[in-house]
Amino acid sequence: MIELTQQPIDFTLLTESVRSHQAGAVVLFLGTVREFTGEARTAWLEYEAFPEMATAAMQRLEAEVRAQFSVIEVAMSHRYGQLALGDIAVAVVVSSPHRAQAFEAGRWLIDTLKHSVPIWKKEHYADGRMEWLPAEPVKSSGAVSHSETIDSEQPE
Amino acid sequence: MKLSILLFSAAREIAGCESFELHLPEAATVAQARVALLQSLPALATRTGTLLWAVNHDYASDDRVLQETDVVACFPPVSGG
Repeated sequence: MIELTQQPIDFTLLTESVRSHQAGAVVLFLGTVREFTGEARTAWLEYEAFPEMATAAMQRLEAEVRAQFSVIEVAMSHRYGQLALGDIAVAVVVSSPHRAQAFEAGRWLIDTLKHSVPIWKKEHYADGRMEWLPAEPVKSSGAVSHSETIDSEQPE
Repeated sequence: MKLSILLFSAAREIAGCESFELHLPEAATVAQARVALLQSLPALATRTGTLLWAVNHDYASDDRVLQETDVVACFPPVSGG
């Protein structure tokens, strides 16, 4: 199940779509709108998408994750438009026979999605400033420290 | 040939439009389209960093040859998630 939507993401539906009797593990990742990044206070976020290419890019990601990892099912959804604090911007979910593969595939999927799917976010700060955020630097999952892992679990 | 370049994010805002028409020689490459676009819209070069190009909904390198029927897009590095 691949979705690009302007509506709230139904992560329960997304999660149910990957469950199966072959799976021993299901991993769900949610990226949510964070209020504070250091001192800067976010009021809301605006996501812009190139919808046709974003959908095609997510379909290519699904094929790649199936080729590289032993996953059973894969689903992902990205929201665009105006998002409020706490809203879910992105959800990825994978099922696998065992948890190690599910975590590994889920991690690869969200990292690769953030670097390849044509979607952009604009910060609207509480003080009235706004800016298009730069892309995250590309880094390999294996080299990411624990503190960076926590950072990357939220939209920047 | 005439090509309409789709623009997104900061590139769209700087250009002030969602697409920009370029007149290019037949079999022009992405690199030639880039030069032509930046000549018409020099602010793009200074304000968005490296611009990425896509042809028919997939990323394209500088040596990709363009056709008039291609869907061509130009945008800053992505920042979704």
